[in-house]
Amino acid sequence: MGRVVFDHVTKRFGDVTAVDDLSLEVADREFLVLVGPSGCGKTTALRMLAGLEDPTSGDISIGERVVTEVAAIDRDIAMVFQSYALYPHMSVRRNIEFPLRSRKVPADERRRLVAEAAAALGLEALLDRKPAQLSGGQRQRVALARAIVRRPQVFLMDEPLSNLDAKLRVQTRAELVELQNRLETTVVYVTHDQVEAMTMADRIAVMDQGILQQVGEPQEVYARPANLFVARFIGNPPMNTVAGSVYWTNGTLGVQLPGGRVELGSAAGEAVRQRGRDDLVVGVRPEHAVLDPEGAVEAVVAVTEVLGHEQHVICRLADGSLFTVRQPNDASPPGTGVEVRIRIDPARVHAFDPQSGLRLDASTAAAPGDGADEAEPPPPADSEAAT
Amino acid sequence: MTAVRTRKAQKRREALLGYALVAPALLVFGIFVFYPFAKNFKLAFYRDPLFGRGGAKYVGWDQINDVLTSGDFKHSLWTTVLFALMTVPAGIFLGMALAVAAHQRLRGIGIYRTIFASTVASSVAVASVIFGTLFNPNIGWLPWMGFNPKPPLLQNPDWALPSVALVSIWQSIGLSFIVMSAGLQAIPDEVMEAAQLDGARPWRRFWRVTVPLLSPTIFFAIVVGSIFAFQAFAQVDLLTKGGPLDRTNVLTYNIFTTLRERQDEGQAAVLSIALFGVTLLLTLFQMRILERRVHYAS
Repeated sequence: MGRVVFDHVTKRFGDVTAVDDLSLEVADREFLVLVGPSGCGKTTALRMLAGLEDPTSGDISIGERVVTEVAAIDRDIAMVFQSYALYPHMSVRRNIEFPLRSRKVPADERRRLVAEAAAALGLEALLDRKPAQLSGGQRQRVALARAIVRRPQVFLMDEPLSNLDAKLRVQTRAELVELQNRLETTVVYVTHDQVEAMTMADRIAVMDQGILQQVGEPQEVYARPANLFVARFIGNPPMNTVAGSVYWTNGTLGVQLPGGRVELGSAAGEAVRQRGRDDLVVGVRPEHAVLDPEGAVEAVVAVTEVLGHEQHVICRLADGSLFTVRQPNDASPPGTGVEVRIRIDPARVHAFDPQSGLRLDASTAAAPGDGADEAEPPPPADSEAAT
Repeated sequence: MTAVRTRKAQKRREALLGYALVAPALLVFGIFVFYPFAKNFKLAFYRDPLFGRGGAKYVGWDQINDVLTSGDFKHSLWTTVLFALMTVPAGIFLGMALAVAAHQRLRGIGIYRTIFASTVASSVAVASVIFGTLFNPNIGWLPWMGFNPKPPLLQNPDWALPSVALVSIWQSIGLSFIVMSAGLQAIPDEVMEAAQLDGARPWRRFWRVTVPLLSPTIFFAIVVGSIFAFQAFAQVDLLTKGGPLDRTNVLTYNIFTTLRERQDEGQAAVLSIALFGVTLLLTLFQMRILERRVHYAS
């Protein structure tokens, strides 16, 4: 069983807290992606799971076993490094064989397993080459083969795609997911690339400054970001976040933004009503806004990016902040400096508390009056929803 | 046409300037290296008279033949080879062991690194005096500890050469440690971590990963260490003067006594050419044979 549990794990390097009270459960055969900007603690978390760093406090379990005190050698995990970390003096065959030889697997068994792993990654023709004679993509596959050859309980991957060129990265992404499905093992995958996280993960865990911000299925995290950090980090182009103030008109709750007013949907509206304060940050995904002469918010086009399959119209609001509108490619791109109006779908408006950054909506507003001073990850019930 | 000509003229001017700048260095090398080197070959063909005065006589290849076939030369060469075999592998092994031990992120490890590297800062002469005192049968530390063979170590035909070798090994550890440490630093941490996660125990990691990746460094240390060993002189001069029974009479010391005590320039010249030749051949041999087993990172 490849279940992984982080139980209140903290790691400090001197004065720096790299990972702060991380509690996270990865289900058996789950593909979990730890995502966050550089320095957020995701790699440290992975290295603690591998046994390459010792937690300052807390426990880590793999399967049914608490491994906090178990040496890396004995943890039954395999890791793919960003640099691949192949043994440069060994042939591809020897590289793949190395974990088997270390564990004294008999020769004929070894030959069979190496052949299997090589076949799984299309390396049969390269077995006698040295790593220096391979391309980046081939090296990456050797590193994967070396990891899968002895069927560990858990695979750890530390930015395995970031040294590949863009095209190969997209292709390998799909191959990795396919491989994981075939092998039926648990994968903990670290990346700073939210696209990788969204496309590959069963669940993603977003980290920032050592703190776990949100865990959930990609679609869930995208649709209901727990706080401003997640809202801005997940999604490309990122969510527009604009400061505004609450107003009431004949029974409906709305938000005054620079350049116009937006209504709030029911869930967010309910939470804002219960909170009873005026200040607010509004979040709108670029695809939930359209340029419309009837729209409520005035803006000026700063630049239009035509991507081929869609367009990003980056507008400037009255206070100078930027607001991106995504539109289909058959729309005519507005010129720079043109005055436009933006219509925002009220049901898709996210509301956040400006002090804590926490999401305001009916389910998270269960404990009203809770101080605005804490920026904690969502309750564990939320994070363990998907298994 | 004129453009071509001026460019040619400019090239000539640059060449002249180049020669002028090299000239001083060339002069110094000429006087202290090239001329003595060439003169040595000339001396080898002239035999000094056995007794008294009179100029040296041209004898062609006779003297070279005599010296190279003499038992004295063969004994010296064998002693030198023994000395190299005693010092080079041990120095490299100890330097590597200390480098591996010090290659950790531990508080205060820097102090140990400094201690391990420190012998490089002491001269061979200082090391020899220290060890000479330690070995001294009357006031030495070893006899005081109860290890006091008769005859004393440095006068003992069986122990003299190993004792001199011990001093050399001690002296060479510092450089060996520094070179090996640099080699270890060049091995990516991730490769060692991968080996760990691949289930390789420390011994296997050392032999299957560290040593192969360190092989260019080890090769360098073997070549340089061998050359140093073949040129060792001060420790012999200070500790044993080639004795007892010529057991420590290495080639360099033999050249020295031939010239200083027997005043035989011709024979000394032949011996020094022989030393040069042997060192050259050894290095070429190492480069041809050993280097095949070296893995250079891409």
